[in-house]
Amino acid sequence: MANYYTDHPELKFHLEHPTMEYICELKERGYKDKETYDYAPQDHKDAIDSYHQVLEITGDITANVIAVNAEKVDEEGPRCENGRVTYATGTQENLDAMIQAGLTGMTMPRRFGGLNFPITPYTMCAEIVAAADAGFGNIWSLQDCIETLYEFGNEEQHSRFIPRICKGETMSMDLTEPDAGSDLQSVMLRASYDEKENCWRLNGVKRFITNGDADLHLVLARSEEGTKDGRGLSMFIYDKNDGGVDVRRIEHKLGIHGSPTCELVYKNAKAELCGDRKLGLIKYVMALMNGARLGIAAQSVGLSQAAYNEALAYAKDRKQFGKSIIEFPAVYDMLSTMKAKLDASRALLYETARSVDIYKCLEDIARERTLTPEERKEQKAFAKLADSLTPLAKGINSEFANQNAYDCIQIHGGSGFMMDYACQRIYRDARITSIYEGTTQLQTVAAIRYVTNGSYVATLRGYEEKEIASAYAPLSERIKKFTDALEEAIECVKAHEDQAVLDFLARRLMEMSTYSIMSHLLLQDASRAPELFEKSLHVFVAFAEAEIEKHHKFIMDFKKETLAYYTC
Amino acid sequence: MYFVQLFLGRRKAFLKFAILKNSLKRRTMSLRIIVLAKQVPDTRNVGKDAMNANGTINRAALPAIFNPEDLNALELALRLKDKHPGTTVTILTMGPGRAAEIIREGLYRGADAGYLLTDRAFAGADTLATSYAISMAIRKIGKFDLIVGGRQAIDGDTAQVGPQVAEKLGIPQVTYVEEVIKTEAGKIHLKRRIDGGTEEVLAPFPLLLTVNGSAAPCRPRNARLVQKYKYALGQQEKDALQKEGKSLPYPALLEARPYLNIIEWSVADVQADVVQCGLSGSPTKVKTIENIVFQAKESKTISGSDEEVEALMIELLSNHTIG
Repeated sequence: MANYYTDHPELKFHLEHPTMEYICELKERGYKDKETYDYAPQDHKDAIDSYHQVLEITGDITANVIAVNAEKVDEEGPRCENGRVTYATGTQENLDAMIQAGLTGMTMPRRFGGLNFPITPYTMCAEIVAAADAGFGNIWSLQDCIETLYEFGNEEQHSRFIPRICKGETMSMDLTEPDAGSDLQSVMLRASYDEKENCWRLNGVKRFITNGDADLHLVLARSEEGTKDGRGLSMFIYDKNDGGVDVRRIEHKLGIHGSPTCELVYKNAKAELCGDRKLGLIKYVMALMNGARLGIAAQSVGLSQAAYNEALAYAKDRKQFGKSIIEFPAVYDMLSTMKAKLDASRALLYETARSVDIYKCLEDIARERTLTPEERKEQKAFAKLADSLTPLAKGINSEFANQNAYDCIQIHGGSGFMMDYACQRIYRDARITSIYEGTTQLQTVAAIRYVTNGSYVATLRGYEEKEIASAYAPLSERIKKFTDALEEAIECVKAHEDQAVLDFLARRLMEMSTYSIMSHLLLQDASRAPELFEKSLHVFVAFAEAEIEKHHKFIMDFKKETLAYYTC
Repeated sequence: MYFVQLFLGRRKAFLKFAILKNSLKRRTMSLRIIVLAKQVPDTRNVGKDAMNANGTINRAALPAIFNPEDLNALELALRLKDKHPGTTVTILTMGPGRAAEIIREGLYRGADAGYLLTDRAFAGADTLATSYAISMAIRKIGKFDLIVGGRQAIDGDTAQVGPQVAEKLGIPQVTYVEEVIKTEAGKIHLKRRIDGGTEEVLAPFPLLLTVNGSAAPCRPRNARLVQKYKYALGQQEKDALQKEGKSLPYPALLEARPYLNIIEWSVADVQADVVQCGLSGSPTKVKTIENIVFQAKESKTISGSDEEVEALMIELLSNHTIG
């Protein structure tokens, strides 16, 4: 029987990454839960085995329920009636199966009914769910909003809300408004304190809210009257059971049809504060968005995999000029590049997820006891690494997903343009990944500081110290030169001493950084498992080399005066 | 008490269902359910080496799976458990040591316990000997309200074991069940599949149901339960590991958590008469086995509308013609 987890051994490879032992140790606090919970792991090996088994369940549901429903869900979509959303029939079946399998509240501690999974295996589940139906992936993976409530909510809120998410209630994050998209500082939804009822009241409109009729909402609202910027915003928890929020309409979209994108009207809706006032945007939403961006990076990898699978199957099956089209160089060039981009984006995804795991675990431990100076140092280092890698993973993985979806249709030829094959849905679904949770352009804005402050170069130089298989020494030398080129390009851009030039060239620098990091990660992966990654390593390094050289030349040749030609 | 007997020629199976006076009144609706499940070779994915030259099944070439309609039966039981707190679901299976896998699969989905009926003396059993052995095991389990099993197993396709178990236990049976509509005051209201449609029947506890493939598919494994039960082993599995020179995973855990030790019952454990078990208890004798080529005997015309094509696909999948 098909299984989206076991059918792709690359996932197990990442699950068994050497760092996972340390992550398990941190997440399980020395495996103390085994005394209290009959489903807690005994040791590292047992924990990894549990992740493996749970991924197998997810892979089974994904292949045999979610993927089967995907086409119908895409056609049917959700409905909005009397202010409430009804999911497509298949979406509800998918959700029921995931809830029955206990795949909700996965990262939450066991005392709340969670599975206490690290972010890494949870992200793997998100990847394979998205590979079957990216739209459903949104509804299901919004459960990770609970991380933010766990991080910033109080104990009493934890005990009231987290168990509900672990039982399968859904979440949404209500940030965007008609006039506040990328610029969330302009959020206007009004939060006022109701002295009589001793609670907050929300009034206003939110737009483009994914799964907007969720059971539990995290809402960004203006609690400080008279303010206009991000410092006047706070985060609130709205419980659908209290009422007061209606869905005015759901959007008619190009893709991810199963995922209801809602316009919400708040009419004196009762809500409670999450964390401190005024920290809504500057602290909590940033944390929320980082989690969401990792989620989109995972969704992108899922879509890349789906695109590759469809293209590969078609190319093997389709015969022209007396042979399968996969035998033609023009086709296997596309396919091998798709696979290389897929493996590279997955490598970056799980490198990021592991660093998120380490810093978040240490952060959580810090709530129980004081960290040692070494632990504090480590926590900071991994938080910085995670923050620097997240925009790259979100930005470039989503671009790769789009490129793979494009090539998938290309390999299908005329049939790919018809609505009969899955590739058209993948193409439409992939399109949003480089837009929501911050466009690729905004990921570049987030990443550029790590370009200029030398973080990426330091990460890359650190990778050069890693032990790699001797057979790959020549490749390793080539990859080292990517960092040299990057350093040279950064210096050149800095020498302009012009913010506009930096902003203009930022995307190229961001791509150079990402391709270099991905090359290193593939080099490390191929050293451990050449049977899985050797081909992709070669293909990706050749691809990255050409791209980096192109960007390097553009940057080195760039004249400040020419900027005028680009302005409209 | 009176019985209504139906004969459905095409399916070559006798169906009996009973409409009884309320024989059981319980204050709470918690039920004691036994699920009969069988490990079978996966005949749905038959390759060219699926049969031995002598016409028997090459079990090594086919993966062993949970009989599909037994999964439907398990789901029916688990739904009753969801609805009626306090209900217990016990899996009963008969087979070699590795059939403990069936019990684990049941536990992973929400069953409470399981028994593996295993003994060399059970080997070679036809439906009569099998139903005898199973009925003896059920007697050993003790009190029950409901026994459910799949309509038939995909290796033998007889659909006889369920009905025979009911007869041996002297309880009513409803076959081809698709859905439990409701349970009330000692009775169960059921929907069953018949030729050309469905019918609803009301039956008293205790009784036996055989569940049709068109019933709700079984729920997936549950993440918590898999983690809880993944080290559950039967004695023969433990012996096999030791024979291979492998150590038991977490032996201290097996000791501390009795539910991780899957109970195996032999002929003697269920106080069965050895003569009535296995080959000696099986009047069915296979004379020869021939390879046959299917020939169309009946045809069906469909107009080609989406609905009809879909209905045909569902039918072919559910009767395992394809899939």
